[in-house]
Amino acid sequence: MNIIVCIKQVPDAKDVRLDPKTNTMAREGVESIMNPFDRHALEEAVRLKEQHGGKVTVISMGPPQAEAVLREAVSCGADEAVLVSDRAFAGADTWATTYTLGKAIEKVGEFDLVICGKQAIDGDTAQVGPGLARRLDIPYVSYVRKITDFLNGAVRLHRLMDDGYDEIEMPLPGLLTVVKEINDPRIPSLKGKMKAKKLVIQTFSAEDIEADPKQIGLSGSTTQVVKVFAPQFKGERAMLEGTVDEQVEQLLEKIEPIL
Amino acid sequence: MDYFLTEEQQMIVDVARQITDEKIIPQRAELDEKEEFATDILNEISQADLFGLYIPEEYGGFGGGCFEVVLALEQFGRGCVAIATSFAASALGAYPVLLSGSEEMKQKYLPDVASGRRKAAFALTEANAGSDASAIQTTAVLDGDEWVLNGTKQWITNAGEAQIYSVVALTDKNKGARGASMFVVEDTDPGFSCGPKEKKMGIRASATCELIFKDCRIPKDRLIGRQGMGFITVMKTLDLSRPGIAILGVGLGQAALDEAVTYAKQRVQFGKPIISFQAIQHMLADMAIEVEASRSLVYAAARHIAAHPKDMSKASSMCKVFATDMAMKVTTDAVQVLGGYGYMRDYPVEKMMRDAKILQIYEGTNQIQRNVIGQELNKEYTK
Repeated sequence: MNIIVCIKQVPDAKDVRLDPKTNTMAREGVESIMNPFDRHALEEAVRLKEQHGGKVTVISMGPPQAEAVLREAVSCGADEAVLVSDRAFAGADTWATTYTLGKAIEKVGEFDLVICGKQAIDGDTAQVGPGLARRLDIPYVSYVRKITDFLNGAVRLHRLMDDGYDEIEMPLPGLLTVVKEINDPRIPSLKGKMKAKKLVIQTFSAEDIEADPKQIGLSGSTTQVVKVFAPQFKGERAMLEGTVDEQVEQLLEKIEPIL
Repeated sequence: MDYFLTEEQQMIVDVARQITDEKIIPQRAELDEKEEFATDILNEISQADLFGLYIPEEYGGFGGGCFEVVLALEQFGRGCVAIATSFAASALGAYPVLLSGSEEMKQKYLPDVASGRRKAAFALTEANAGSDASAIQTTAVLDGDEWVLNGTKQWITNAGEAQIYSVVALTDKNKGARGASMFVVEDTDPGFSCGPKEKKMGIRASATCELIFKDCRIPKDRLIGRQGMGFITVMKTLDLSRPGIAILGVGLGQAALDEAVTYAKQRVQFGKPIISFQAIQHMLADMAIEVEASRSLVYAAARHIAAHPKDMSKASSMCKVFATDMAMKVTTDAVQVLGGYGYMRDYPVEKMMRDAKILQIYEGTNQIQRNVIGQELNKEYTK
């Protein structure tokens, strides 16, 4: 089985700050990590490979530094890594990103399954997985919490819902986005790390994937970020005094208008 | 301090550190409380290829030596000495095969130990044979094509969890220490069983039990090396493994220091963080000096041992004594810095102090280590 896993390098959420003047994310001194949901996507792909054989290819669209998360993915069991990187891709929204990733995956070649994390912790849109399935013209299921079976070119799985889960069968090739409940990602192995160190990572430029210049980067994006700002904190605090009964009365007076 | 590790050695540290931070530290208190063996974490360690660090590549290992094992154990010791002990004990059980076993024996056992598929254990101690290891009473008698073992081993780490046991038994009762031989016993061998789990003061997530041999029959080729060479293999094994115990002291001491400094920065008394008081600063400074000095000595000893396999004893014993006595002192001081909070099980330092004590006792008490150093000095100055 050939599995493609899409991974994104994101700023470590423990360390996110907005520059108060520009309202953009402060990147200096902030550590970059593999998007946590993508670690679960990778782990699931590696487990499927271990059970059913095949190959896991990780693919990331981003600046040259994103090579670091690709090497990390190889140290955790991926076989090949592709970096999709070109200045022309800069400023892409999810629309342009799915187009670009779709073209890159077509260049990688035949696959049975694409696995993505349910969303990236920086943009938080959860659009790239489903959008990518549309670009590749394959079915998808999002929020997968368990893969139960493979049979006759289809996969059976559980989709996490607010009130339980759905059991779904999806024909292959197809795309999944996974939630963190699906597995407990492994720690990189020593042999994996040594392999990752030596691995030559293929880089695809806009030209390599034969991308239409009008559909990539800022010009290919249908949305643009006009303003980023930290929401104002508007909470107020009031201390209630008196006996318990008096405090309850005061509290009721305060909350009644909102109820 | 920078110890100028190679890129490969740094990778070992990074992998072991990640396992320690993400898997061991979050679970250590619960495993200790429940006295539960850390099967899942040890599986994680084997998946990360660390069980084979010291095993040659031809047997599926990484091809490193004493120093590479030390680097991994330092991290595990920082997380939990019980889990680190379970990991180290597998190496201790495999060293006799590696040091003295036949080629066939190495091929049969080492690849499984390297991959973590099977764990090993080392069985020397008995009820009446601790520091005086030559007083063992377990016997092995050749009967046709089989050895028949009888006796009881005590306080065996990984007992019941390991599948491969390196066992010391007397093959000639009249020859004293020269009458001892080593054997590989497998957990499925007839006549072999484990006693109930011991209740310990510390390292409670590690498994410690008796091994009982009752007419335990094993094939003739399970003899490790030659008959009568058992104690030579034992001594070489312990010389090679002791830096691993020493570094557990360093990892543990570092963990205690980390906790003490973190606490001292946030604990406010008399209107100031207690780290601003010289009484505390000096305690922390002494702890830091002792941890670093121990690390330097253990690293140096492990590198010396890797380079000079015929001259291991003194370096091995010196680093074990120094680093484990340090661990006892530093963990005790960490509890003191945390005061009443340190004595409570809500904070990790009380477990660290309980765990530290065993380091001064097992793999040769620190008194026996001093005997070894004294004897080596006597030899050196007689030349």
